[in-house]
Amino acid sequence: MKISLEHLTKKFPNRNRKEGGFVTAVNDFDFVIPDGKLVGLLGPSGCGKSTMLNMICGLEKPTSGRIYFGEDDVTDLPPENRGVGMVFQSYALYPHLTVRQNIMFPLENLKGKDKLTKAEMEEKVLEAARLVQIERLMERRPSEMSGGQQQRVAIARALVKKPKVLLLDEPLSNLDARLRLQTREEIRRIQRETQITTVFVTHDQEEAMSISDMIVVMEAGVLQQIGKPQEVYDDPVNLFVAKFLGTPAINVFEGEIRNGMLCIGDEAVLKTNLREDRRVWTGIRPEGFILQEDGPFSCEMIRMEVMGRDTSVVCRHPLCEAETVRAIVPTESKVDDDAERVRFALKPFKVELFDWDTRKRIRFETEE
Amino acid sequence: MSENNRKAWLYLLPAILFLGVFMVYPLLDVLVYSLEEGYNFASQTYRGVGLFNFSYVLHDPYFMQAVKNTFILVIFTVPVSTGLALLIALGLNSIPRLKDFFQTVFFLPYVTNTLAVGLVFMILFKKTPYSDGFVNLLIEMLGGQPVDFIEGPYWAKMTVMSFYTIWIVLPFKILILTSALASVDQNLYKAAKVDGTSPFRIFRKITLPMISPMIFYLVITGFIGAFKAYSDVVAIFGTNLNAAGMNTIVGYVYDMLYGDSGGYPSYASAAALILFAIVLTITCINLLVSRKKVYHA
Repeated sequence: MKISLEHLTKKFPNRNRKEGGFVTAVNDFDFVIPDGKLVGLLGPSGCGKSTMLNMICGLEKPTSGRIYFGEDDVTDLPPENRGVGMVFQSYALYPHLTVRQNIMFPLENLKGKDKLTKAEMEEKVLEAARLVQIERLMERRPSEMSGGQQQRVAIARALVKKPKVLLLDEPLSNLDARLRLQTREEIRRIQRETQITTVFVTHDQEEAMSISDMIVVMEAGVLQQIGKPQEVYDDPVNLFVAKFLGTPAINVFEGEIRNGMLCIGDEAVLKTNLREDRRVWTGIRPEGFILQEDGPFSCEMIRMEVMGRDTSVVCRHPLCEAETVRAIVPTESKVDDDAERVRFALKPFKVELFDWDTRKRIRFETEE
Repeated sequence: MSENNRKAWLYLLPAILFLGVFMVYPLLDVLVYSLEEGYNFASQTYRGVGLFNFSYVLHDPYFMQAVKNTFILVIFTVPVSTGLALLIALGLNSIPRLKDFFQTVFFLPYVTNTLAVGLVFMILFKKTPYSDGFVNLLIEMLGGQPVDFIEGPYWAKMTVMSFYTIWIVLPFKILILTSALASVDQNLYKAAKVDGTSPFRIFRKITLPMISPMIFYLVITGFIGAFKAYSDVVAIFGTNLNAAGMNTIVGYVYDMLYGDSGGYPSYASAAALILFAIVLTITCINLLVSRKKVYHA
């Protein structure tokens, strides 16, 4: 089921009555989620992504704008008439019911022509349980299961009515690191098997990048960028998106264009086709550094971190926004640990420039 | 005894002394009194040891009346007050504004003195040379016959008593239940809403099980409290409860000790032990039922 959001806006009355007015949680959202895709809604805490999900679900009514499932306008429909399944961050399993009863709960609500016989219900429950591989735990209570198992039960409960859209609110945040990796593969697998259009909310960019077909980056209720994970990573539209995606994060420097050269401090690091002299924010991905003894860019060396697969060079630069600059280089490269300074050349396609005031991306070509 | 053990006993000593003097000794004493036949209060002597006191109490029509009154009170007021409190708590929980205000209003009876409340009930129900009482005025306005609620027929007196008991225990129950309702995970309701659960089913399948431990607590303490009813009865019907036919078991115990016909600690002790046996039985039944019905996290 394709989901289209048209100029979706949600305002909440300000809690602080004295200030009055409204807080805008979601501001003029406009995008289409294609059918059968796994979409990650990504943004920092409090950016309105859960509100967004609640509106798609039907738990919140948008202040303005429309929501379409396929061609149907569902904006004014209650959740049960939209055909959505939702998995809550805390799972919201009914603690006094067994796994079987939990999964069956939505089916028992069906009335009229949709009403199922006991046998049909049992069958559907078992089918959902098999999909998430918990058929051996059917008689347990939620408190007798691990977080990962509870998560699976919650997914099974959301899927048992065969919804057209599956919504997951921070599905992995309550799990430990190892389980998180496993569960996100699991979500991917279930989505592939069922082909249900799935939207999940997360503040963890790695999580979103790893399993999504598409990511939607938002900040302060405003859509920043939408696209395939790698595309968004490689080609961010603004400084926020560039900084939000990637671990370790992108290194941001105060830079300047002088006579077509990108300069950081006194060092001319890259030749560009930009003609106008201006100040720019310069973002360099950690993997964009090449160790080179006569490289144009130099930093004060702090330490090396050998990670096995690759090596982090941690150094310092006065014009860097952050305390330290982090460069990732292949383990084979030789670095003198005791050197005071380290010199780099830069991979041009890993260098991104942003307007000083608007922080929007400035595209450029390198000229050798 | 090791050093540690000695220390442990030393630390426990204040509590043991206190409980021993004020709890264990009186309890044993009650048991002893109840078995001493023909105990004379003045000479502190007794004829023999046996179960005569229990037999006497159980054959005393005043005691049987007290048991009957107590049971009616318990069976009627506990379910009604708990159910009513639940309804009011649900109502309070669902109103967005003025919740605190209404909560305070409902809590007022709890902080009001029992005897003062008794006085209010007198004004509502008692016939005086000047007025038939407020409730009777209402009845007359609606075209009914006035009833003497304080000195009239048994059912009328029982109605007043039950009404009073329910009203006096309601605030505490409402308080407990509103906080129980507020502590139910709101996400459960959201999940139920997404699945299109009807409000009644949400109440029956989610709310009720989630607050069942608190309901159970209220039922048990309600039963025990109602079995121990005494001061409320005095507040309305005065101290001569046997004459009014409105005595309770605790009232009977008191009368046997200090009342006009008092001076019989043996009968009082026997009656107290019978009450204890009744309460114990009921509480055990409650516990057994709760094991099946109450959800424990």
